[in-house]
Amino acid sequence: MKCSQSLKYTDAQQSQQAAVSIMDIKASERKEPLIRIVKRNELSRTQVLALRLSSAVMAVAAGGLFILMLGFNPFMIYASIVSGAFRSSVALQATIKIMIPLLISSLGVSLAFKMKFWNIGAEGQIIAGAIFASYFALYHGLWPRQALIPAMLAAGIVGGGIWGLIPAIFKNKFNTNETLFTLMLNYIALNLIVFLRDGPWADPESGGFPKIARFVPNVQLPKLFGVQIGWIFALALAVFLHVYMKRSKHGYEISVVGESASTAEYAGMNVRWIVLRTMFLSGGICGAAGMIQAAGSDYTLAQSVAGGVGFTAIIVAWLADLSPLGIFIVSFLFSVLSKGCSVMQSTYGISTYSSNVLQGVILFFVLGCEFFIRHRFALRAPEGEAH
Amino acid sequence: MDAEYAIECRGITKTFGTVKANDGIDLNARFGEILALLGENGSGKTTLMNILSGIYHPDSGSVHVSGKALHINSPSDAIGLGIGMIHQHFKLVEIMSAMDNIILGAKDKLQKPSSLKRKILDLCDLYGLKIDPEKKIYQMSVSERQTVEILKVLYRNARILILDEPTAVLTPQETTGLFLILRKMKEKGCCVIIITHKLNEVLEISDRVTILRKGKSVATVLTAETNEARLAESMVGRAVNLSIKRPLVERGKPALEVKNLTSLEPDGRKSLSNLNFTLYSGEMLGVAGIAGSGQKALCETLTGLSKAHAGEIAYEGVNCMGKSAAEISKLGVRLAFVPEDRLGMGLVGSMGIADNMLLKTYKSGKGAFINRKPAIRQAERIIESLDIQTPGVDAPIRMLSGGNIQKVLLGREIESRPKVLIVAYPVRGLDINTSYAIYDLLNEQKRNKTAIIFCGEDIDVLLEISDRIMVLSDGRITGIESAASLTKEDVGLMMAGMDFRDKVQA
Amino acid sequence: MDYFLSFIAAVILAGTPILFGTVGEIINEKAGNLNLGVEGMMALGACAGFMAGYLLGNPALAIAASFLAGAAGALIYAVLTVTFMANQTVVGLTLTIFGVGFSNFTGEYMLTHSANNTLKIPENVMRALGGLNIQGLSALPIAGKILFSYNIFVYLGIAVAIIAGYYLKRTKIGLSVRAIGENPAAADAAGIKVAPLKYLNIVVGGGICGIGGAYASIITCGGVWMSNSVNGLGWIAVALVIFASWNPIKAILGSYVFGAFSILKYYVPKSYIPAPNAFYDMLPFLVTALILVIASIRDSKENSQPAGCGINYFREER
Repeated sequence: MKCSQSLKYTDAQQSQQAAVSIMDIKASERKEPLIRIVKRNELSRTQVLALRLSSAVMAVAAGGLFILMLGFNPFMIYASIVSGAFRSSVALQATIKIMIPLLISSLGVSLAFKMKFWNIGAEGQIIAGAIFASYFALYHGLWPRQALIPAMLAAGIVGGGIWGLIPAIFKNKFNTNETLFTLMLNYIALNLIVFLRDGPWADPESGGFPKIARFVPNVQLPKLFGVQIGWIFALALAVFLHVYMKRSKHGYEISVVGESASTAEYAGMNVRWIVLRTMFLSGGICGAAGMIQAAGSDYTLAQSVAGGVGFTAIIVAWLADLSPLGIFIVSFLFSVLSKGCSVMQSTYGISTYSSNVLQGVILFFVLGCEFFIRHRFALRAPEGEAH
Repeated sequence: MDAEYAIECRGITKTFGTVKANDGIDLNARFGEILALLGENGSGKTTLMNILSGIYHPDSGSVHVSGKALHINSPSDAIGLGIGMIHQHFKLVEIMSAMDNIILGAKDKLQKPSSLKRKILDLCDLYGLKIDPEKKIYQMSVSERQTVEILKVLYRNARILILDEPTAVLTPQETTGLFLILRKMKEKGCCVIIITHKLNEVLEISDRVTILRKGKSVATVLTAETNEARLAESMVGRAVNLSIKRPLVERGKPALEVKNLTSLEPDGRKSLSNLNFTLYSGEMLGVAGIAGSGQKALCETLTGLSKAHAGEIAYEGVNCMGKSAAEISKLGVRLAFVPEDRLGMGLVGSMGIADNMLLKTYKSGKGAFINRKPAIRQAERIIESLDIQTPGVDAPIRMLSGGNIQKVLLGREIESRPKVLIVAYPVRGLDINTSYAIYDLLNEQKRNKTAIIFCGEDIDVLLEISDRIMVLSDGRITGIESAASLTKEDVGLMMAGMDFRDKVQA
Repeated sequence: MDYFLSFIAAVILAGTPILFGTVGEIINEKAGNLNLGVEGMMALGACAGFMAGYLLGNPALAIAASFLAGAAGALIYAVLTVTFMANQTVVGLTLTIFGVGFSNFTGEYMLTHSANNTLKIPENVMRALGGLNIQGLSALPIAGKILFSYNIFVYLGIAVAIIAGYYLKRTKIGLSVRAIGENPAAADAAGIKVAPLKYLNIVVGGGICGIGGAYASIITCGGVWMSNSVNGLGWIAVALVIFASWNPIKAILGSYVFGAFSILKYYVPKSYIPAPNAFYDMLPFLVTALILVIASIRDSKENSQPAGCGINYFREER
């Protein structure tokens, strides 16, 4: 080899290296890996849809495997989950009751995500909205309903909005990491409820049990078709956001800022203002979910008013690709699963926590399958063919 | 039999989606030789080198190192084989020191900082490099970073060096320095492959040239037996006239007057310091400088994207100092800007051409909603007039080729009939045909009495196309001269912060 | 004085489970993975550690089981984010839902199959995992109580944090890991095997989180199974990573500071400082939020979240 010859006149370190690399050549005389990841051409919309559907089927099958391991027949269990969610109008109403806050807060989160503002503070925004709304419920509960309920909704939106604005302000001003900051705000909000429950808003008639008083009937949201009217708000919101994102100037601005803040500035957009506005809206919508949960379902301000919905909403929004229609479908499926699982305790003696486990297994599968939209695995070409 | 080749590729093919980036490429290089890999942007040079360094995996074809057929499955395989790659976009960990970056991933044991430092400095002496091993990368200039990349490769005792467009970011003088180092490596028996699209560099440094065109290797010739015209012809596929026209347009009224302009970085350093110049309508002012000498700050303060600290900016007498981009346009100033980062700043990659037209006009309609119809018509007009290849007005533009993306951007900006047009690196990454189409478009604007600021990296191009050249160094103007009166070396000296007239005295 | 000593002891006990979670998460984040599944991995460790102690009656196996369970949860995360390149935040949150659900589910399952509807770890295990009693040392005045009176987890936690600090800061492989966390493309180009190292860090980090979970279910709950024993400790750990500026050694002190926050309400007399209990529970998050803001104002490139954190790496990305 020419090189090793010519190396002789360089220093010792280099000739030592010549030996090393010859050894390495031997070491790397291996074959190409059996499986490689390669990028695939962009799939068409129908192909993506087909892929997502098949991933959902596989996910459900994986969940079935879990059920099988518990010693139950998966078909039976799945059937009872579905029937548990739909078997009667009462069951269906309960399913929708679960769905309302999830749908609303997923929609709220999706706005921030579209802007690539990683708001994982929905939990805190829901709570903040519920706290603000509860002020009116507790102290002005006897106002005429036509004034009281809009006031509570507005308070909920403002409360959640403020909780969304705080990280946006710091992001604008100092570029503070919003993922971690919103996460902190969740627990600050949660402890605010505890503070109110133990102190200023403690129910004097609870006999020492820490809780906030039940809202008077005048405060409680009315029902339509047996479900609190929150569902109308949720549906209207989904339609509104669809139009807002697709057709309005605001929606266009959010998309551009999400893609690249520099492009937005280049186009003369006021990026800081857009971030503030959108985070107020995103948080505000989650706040509305909090108000609706407190006044329409819990009839009090409970520590569990968000109860993890804010986190689930992030998963829902992500799985739905941030589309309002997709969010509607995914949040419905989530609600069916959690309502359906709640009946398994009584029917089969399986703990309600099984719904979380099943949810987890199914989600792991769906998330894994997303991979195949952009990538595929390539097997090693048979020996002697390609090389 | 093939042992005389340090590295050899046979029939390398690699497809990305529907694009065949490499199509049956053959290439070989010997130890003790500098091979230039010449090709236009998009001809597949970088893809091929990424295959050799284990970043991409070829769809078919084989790679032989020292005569042995091998699979290079990862960069670590490549390093094990003595192949070292210096990427065009440096692959360095910003917050670590030069030292840490150099030993990163190297096979030997972690050693005492003092002995490591000694070792690195010895290596520097051997090849005539200069570096402070303890300096953090994020505090380094571009050429210092390149030195770290070179040291990284040398430290691993690579004998096959691949450099991807290494001169793109250097001054002519720094380029000369780099070539000295490359020759030293060649003397020491290394095999050096340098990727470039600059013909003069090929002739200056290489022993042989392999020319790629549209993913195919079309020719390999001895450098001594060729010349610029023949290289250009085989690179483009037809005889080309590489000279760029400079139409003579009578200088009009001042279109832009800048006085004592100073702007600051977020950390308080001056990105522009006390700039004074006047731009006339019908004039093309070339802006030269080492990467990061203030070109970006200049473009962005002039267009209102970042705030100037002090000074005056006036467009046709309208004071625009301290105004935002939106405010400048409200004042009626017809200013257009083609930024350097096309998809990161000028356009939205996930949107179609029509929605990208909206960027500049979406606010104009009344009400809260957007009227897309005029944008669609505008998109169709631009597709037609600039011959843009696209599946439709709504196909995401990130799927288009670089040249088509640039045409969308330039097309939109020209549609606004600007009085002042600022373009930053308008042909970066484009093939020769498209580049010349862009030059023609700019010259046509000049004939229409538009005043143009052209920030470029290729000094040859700047000298040919501009009426005057303004050189920036470290945020200061080191000279504004008529392009016809300057040589490349003059510009190089000014880029390095010197007054080129000193050359005569020295 | 005694009051103060018992406060210090309580602080250290309260900080220990957070310390494990934090060190585990630091190891994750240093390799570029923002794993929000800490709560879930701790819950898995809590369950496995408790059950191993309960069923096998062996303290060492209990700790080992908690490590393995946390590591198994982390492995799911690693497969999905490293190989399948799924969104890290979403996978992490899912892991938390799954882990907490699985832990509680298993606990209830075991409860319904237990003799008297309680699960209690055998005495010998509890003794082995209880406070130390070193001849001569533990009886020392002051130092005995402050230094030599804790359970094995406390010392294990400190040891793990120091080893993790050494690993990340001083070893060759630690250098590679930090490079991956900052700029995986650069690390890859330098010949570092990105995916295997990410797997290693995620799985080991997850295992360490799992041990923290075992502390919550075994020590904090006094050997009796309780649902939701981890109860937010994982999220405090995520916060503490920031407080400790991604440094395992600083995490030791940080975990005691956070531990102090969590028990201050029992120790600060209401007559002196009439702060509500919720305020103390809020403190870790409030302080962390404040630190986030201060760090972003200082905008230091070092001592902050690794630049590649949260982003998945694919070599052939163009």
